[in-house]
Amino acid sequence: MSRLSKADVLHVAKLANLDLTEVEIKKFLAQLSSIIEHVSELNKVDTTNIEPTSQTTGLENVFREDEIKLSSLDQDAALSGTDDTYNAFFKVPAILEGRTDK
Amino acid sequence: MNKLPLTISETQKGLKDKKFSAVELVDSYLANIEKNKDLNAFNTISSETAYKQAKEADKILGYKDTGILGDYPLLGVNVAHKDLFLTKGIRTTASSKVLESYVPAYSATAVTRMEKAGAIMIGKTNCDAWAHGASGENSDFGPTLNPWNRAYVPGGSSSGSAAAVSAGLSLISTGTDTGGSIRQPANFCGVTGFKPTYGAVSRYGVISMASSLDCVGSFGHMVEDVEIIFNVTKGSDGYDSTVVNTKHEARSTKIKIGIPKEYFIDGLNKEVEKSAIEASKVFEKEGVELVEISLPNTKYAIDVYYIIQPAEVSSNLGRYDGVRYGNSRGSFGAEAKRRIMLGTYVLSAGYYDAYYLKAQKVRSKIIQDFDKVFESVDAILAPVSPTPAFRLGEKASDPLQMYLADIFTVSANLVGIPAIAIPSGFTKEKLPLGFQLMSPRFSEQTLFTLGKLYQKSTSYDPKLPS
Repeated sequence: MSRLSKADVLHVAKLANLDLTEVEIKKFLAQLSSIIEHVSELNKVDTTNIEPTSQTTGLENVFREDEIKLSSLDQDAALSGTDDTYNAFFKVPAILEGRTDK
Repeated sequence: MNKLPLTISETQKGLKDKKFSAVELVDSYLANIEKNKDLNAFNTISSETAYKQAKEADKILGYKDTGILGDYPLLGVNVAHKDLFLTKGIRTTASSKVLESYVPAYSATAVTRMEKAGAIMIGKTNCDAWAHGASGENSDFGPTLNPWNRAYVPGGSSSGSAAAVSAGLSLISTGTDTGGSIRQPANFCGVTGFKPTYGAVSRYGVISMASSLDCVGSFGHMVEDVEIIFNVTKGSDGYDSTVVNTKHEARSTKIKIGIPKEYFIDGLNKEVEKSAIEASKVFEKEGVELVEISLPNTKYAIDVYYIIQPAEVSSNLGRYDGVRYGNSRGSFGAEAKRRIMLGTYVLSAGYYDAYYLKAQKVRSKIIQDFDKVFESVDAILAPVSPTPAFRLGEKASDPLQMYLADIFTVSANLVGIPAIAIPSGFTKEKLPLGFQLMSPRFSEQTLFTLGKLYQKSTSYDPKLPS
């Protein structure tokens, strides 16, 4: 199967929200290509009429009553992982930019 | 204390006979940890919690009504938790700089259940960051060393958990096994390592790696000890919907063991091969029938695993954005980035069918192999890893070679069956040897029965490295 191109690596890094350095890009290009080449062995396997497996013990949907019974974290505990809070909310980086047409 | 007890029963007998107290046990383990600091087996030592729990254990031991002890199957037992298990109020890092200073607001179910059973938490063990690795060298906090020879790796990803039990820094420890991360380090460190059936033990509060493969298991010197831990931790908690409550019984009393020819291949280390064959002879001598079996799709297991696992890793690590807790994504180490990239690639538009879907289909074929074989045998005996422990740095620069170290362990995860790694001696160079047993889903009892039979038949007497 085809080896990866530098454009592939950059595209995947963007999808994965990772900022890579030039050195990392070069390194991953070579390493990911060799791993992909290895796993491409699977193309030799005949999987006609074979269903894919995503769950091994045969469980399907697991339901419970729609009622509150499980204990939950209180607000202080839920916010305890960061100092970056505002009025008891998490502060998040902006994802929208200010309008420029006004 | 003169000599540390190496089994749960020996520990509890010593406590009941007042040969030592639970507090003295903690003293001894902490002293051993200090003496073996160079092993780098621990990320965090929880001595304050340990002494508090030890005092509580000593109080329970002092009660006149000794019947109460049955409620505490792990009373006085020191446990080290892999740093993937959330521990309320005690730093939990996954050995990654992303979670370098993360202190959880709740504990994993496995941790809580072991505490309720009387266990004493001594600390949090080092591992490959996010459980990505087969040597322990991918930890962002430096590698753990093999207690039997410090120039060698202890295996991974549960490197510190295996090393801690092996070196007498804790009596037992917890681990996670996604592709061999309990069995392989147990094998490299000469201890017993147990991976239950997928869905037998709740993963609530355990940092996820690959959700269709992850299992919560344990390390100890003896098979009977990992059995006790399993009985304490198994069963649903209402927080992990994959957990199935069942009896985990053996299917038959007349057990047959299958020897798969695909696991005894060219390139398998001769001493590893000899040791596994000798182990099978021990069972034969005990009246267990050995049957040659074939699992033809075994050769594809590692490729299937290195598509499905990174795909699920990339999804699970997507939540680490540094907003609610932890540092930003720039803090991921090289291996985590590599797996996120690989997983994102095989899931991306245009490649999903060729890689991810194809791997899920070949996974079905591997499962069919095992299901068919289990129609005629009750367990499978095989080597754990193609070689004994390798040298530090030997595979660190070549990720593909490192991935191939998982070649004999990943199938049990892909199929969702339980497996146990049992020590079986040493190489000429004094590195531990072992073998693994696998059995059908939810038949853990078969593994415990066979494992105990082996250790009894060989008069197994665990030792710490000198």
